[in-house]
Amino acid sequence: MSEPVNALGGARFDGIVQVTEVAPQGMITVRGDLGAGAMEKAVMKAAGLPIPAKTSVVMKGDHAVLWMSPDELMVVLPHGDAPAAVAAMTAALKSEHALVVDVSDARAVFALEGEGPALRETLAKLSPADMRSAALPVGVVRRTRLAQVPAAFWFANDTEARLICFRSVASYVFGILSHAATPGSEVGHFS
Amino acid sequence: MLILTCPYCGVACDETELSPGGEAHLKRFGPGSSDEEFETYLFHRENPKGVHFERWRHAYGCGKWFHAARHTMTLEVFGTYPAQVYEPPEDIKAAITAKVPGWSWRDFS
Repeated sequence: MSEPVNALGGARFDGIVQVTEVAPQGMITVRGDLGAGAMEKAVMKAAGLPIPAKTSVVMKGDHAVLWMSPDELMVVLPHGDAPAAVAAMTAALKSEHALVVDVSDARAVFALEGEGPALRETLAKLSPADMRSAALPVGVVRRTRLAQVPAAFWFANDTEARLICFRSVASYVFGILSHAATPGSEVGHFS
Repeated sequence: MLILTCPYCGVACDETELSPGGEAHLKRFGPGSSDEEFETYLFHRENPKGVHFERWRHAYGCGKWFHAARHTMTLEVFGTYPAQVYEPPEDIKAAITAKVPGWSWRDFS
């Protein structure tokens, strides 16, 4: 088995927020009828979590399930568990019109840590999404545009946000996040 | 800036998160149709100063196509609705009538 390698080798930037590329994560894209009983069982078996409500994320330890669209979920789990989980979910969804794909090595994941206002400000500099806490509370996934590329992010708690983007644009995303988090660039809009 | 709410995921999308899909409620004329019908389908478009219906795709989000009813001059958005319809739903029509009495667009009013 080959060693999983980060896109940027775990790059880190300390600014008004800390931008860190997190260790390789297992990520599984699941598409199908989210209301089907088999889907509920397959996700519960793979991640130990229920199917999240519209636009939200459910998390427990290093497992998470993200609502990506009306017929798409992303299951986040430890990198080594992904192949077995894909096989189990594919088998569990055999009777459904569904698709299960391991996208672990096609995505990059960043963690942003810092004070809530600075965190929201850093993302608001790059994305057209409404970053006020009323519009994007903790536990809501927002798929949006980050400067020139697509990304999805959510607040795990008040001081940490997670961001997923395509691996091919990982260095671009790390660059713009670091730039937006440059010390001295505070706007103070959310504080 | 235009902000449209995706009827599928309920996200308030900025214009730059969406792909424009042109005019809504076109009927396709393909093989077997007359030249006039095909020309109309392919080229003839509304260009109203007022109520307009458009197709948009939530490209940076859920990826679904949807319809939007809006005013081309005031940029007011009357509502968005799913793509699987042949004509605007009654609540959208009512919302437009409330703001623009006597409106009409192609065969709808």
